[in-house]
Amino acid sequence: MGKYLRKKLIIYIITFILAVTINFIIPRMMPGDPIQSLLSRFSGMEGGREILQDQLTLLFNLDQPLWEQYLNFWKSVFTLDFGISIIQFPTPVIDIIKRAIVYDLAVLFPAIILSWIVGNKLGAYSGTDKKVDNASMPFFYFLASSPYFWMAGIVVFFFGVVIGWFPISGAYSSTASPAFTWNFIADFLHHWFLPFFTMFLVQLGGWAIGMRNMIMYEKSSNYSKYMETLGASKKLIRRYGFRNGVLPQVTGLALRIGRIVGGAITVQVVFNYPGLGRMMLDAVQNQDYFLMQGVFLTIVTMVLAANFIVDIVYMFIDPRVRLSFTEEV
Amino acid sequence: MAKDFWAKHENLYYALTNKKVIFGLTIVAFVFLLAAFGPMIAQYEYDEYAGQGYLPPSSEHFFGTTIDGKDVFTRTVNGLRSTLLVGAIAGSIATLIGCIIGFVAGYYGGTIFDELLMMLTNIFVVMPQLALLIVIAAFLEVRGTFVMAVIVASTAWPWTARAVRSQTLSLKNQEYVSLSRISSISVGRILREDIASNMFSYVFMVFIQQFNGTMLATVQLEFLGLGPTKGISLGLVMQNAVNWNGIQLGMWWWAIIPGLILTILITALYFINTGLDAAFNPRLREM
Repeated sequence: MGKYLRKKLIIYIITFILAVTINFIIPRMMPGDPIQSLLSRFSGMEGGREILQDQLTLLFNLDQPLWEQYLNFWKSVFTLDFGISIIQFPTPVIDIIKRAIVYDLAVLFPAIILSWIVGNKLGAYSGTDKKVDNASMPFFYFLASSPYFWMAGIVVFFFGVVIGWFPISGAYSSTASPAFTWNFIADFLHHWFLPFFTMFLVQLGGWAIGMRNMIMYEKSSNYSKYMETLGASKKLIRRYGFRNGVLPQVTGLALRIGRIVGGAITVQVVFNYPGLGRMMLDAVQNQDYFLMQGVFLTIVTMVLAANFIVDIVYMFIDPRVRLSFTEEV
Repeated sequence: MAKDFWAKHENLYYALTNKKVIFGLTIVAFVFLLAAFGPMIAQYEYDEYAGQGYLPPSSEHFFGTTIDGKDVFTRTVNGLRSTLLVGAIAGSIATLIGCIIGFVAGYYGGTIFDELLMMLTNIFVVMPQLALLIVIAAFLEVRGTFVMAVIVASTAWPWTARAVRSQTLSLKNQEYVSLSRISSISVGRILREDIASNMFSYVFMVFIQQFNGTMLATVQLEFLGLGPTKGISLGLVMQNAVNWNGIQLGMWWWAIIPGLILTILITALYFINTGLDAAFNPRLREM
């Protein structure tokens, strides 16, 4: 257990260091003068001058040697001081992130878990039934091929415009204010459903295809054939195949989280849903680099944490992992 | 004569007679032709006022018009061309990088060199692709087709490297590879002649998958307004549609058709891939 987790942890730590370093290097490498553009953007704001001064010393410190700049940059990462946002001046970036991350988790967590479970079940069925397979596979391939934002467009068009069951923009009605009342929660869920459903649909295809291929593979293995000659029912064979096939699907989850989070960024744009993705795009469009860097680092951290959780889960459901990891050629 | 040819290229024969491959190839050919010749058929410039706005598809405007009277067909085929080009270049670069790293890491499997390469790969595997691309693209003020392709490829290669590595690991202990090794043939030649040439069909399928992935990544960036700075792209067409509330106004031809073409293309490529899998893999062929 030690070696497996240690190896993974090292990867995650390096990735995190790399992400921070990217944040540090990119503004310094880019053509143009970020300081000049910052100066002009802060100049009209009240108290802008002092805040700007702090920001610049904190994040650039161009008069210091590079390594000292880098060290200071790290200090600001650990104190969660990502600076002040320009779009929502003078809110600290960390406050904006704290507010937005709730919406990401509310959509992503259920969408990932549910699509994984449902997709695996559906895939297992089409893997054992030729008729179901022929009918459903093109559909699953189509789902897996859709860009997230495009699927969001379709979902909005059908459920929001044609049928008109769901609101198509925002996280709650403009008249409601966040509170722990039934009305607000119902309103929130009403707005939450379509972004969730979009994320659910696109991922569903991928999981179903993956499990279907795994079941096909397991079905051709000797133990399945032996079971078949013993007269075991299709259902029983499927159940055994499923248990073997589910392991690579868990690893697949770890591999795909990055992509899924990326898709969520575009989906939030379509739904005008105030999560991290929407914030990031706003930041990019308004050249709010502090906010953009803060959100980037948050997303990386989220993905790394999710990967780590998957690793731990995997260890529990497959004890062989330790052996395979140390004995790999 | 023809019989000799097919006997020699048995794999190709099975590939081209597979129903899924034929079906997929037909669609892919159609979409490629659309991208190649569509801009010539189109009677307008993509940015030109082409007539009344808010028109649904008709024989005059195949895909209708946008809210400000631009021809959606013209925009779509021009955008398709741009997106396919970026996707194809990025897919090629990503496949190339992935294969080189995979071959080398696999050949030196188990050494510290392999460990380092795999560590690099695993770092890029967990790095959230689109978020990284946004940060890079946001700071580049001018983005041409090739720059776009390089940006997209830089985050697309890792899974190829892993897949190719594991294939190489299984090939490198074959007898003919050992024979080459004891004949003191250079590593480059062994990789090229003994390993890469035996994985040609596999690498081809990897390329198709990369192409799919890079097109999706490209179109997502374009949708966020971070595509090529000049010209039109599929993602940009749909970004305009969303920004102008095209969906709310029920203009499905504007917001949905451009993406539908791309999605159908990617689905068709998936079909080709599963068909090829069955054709190249004799065990699946008998089914």
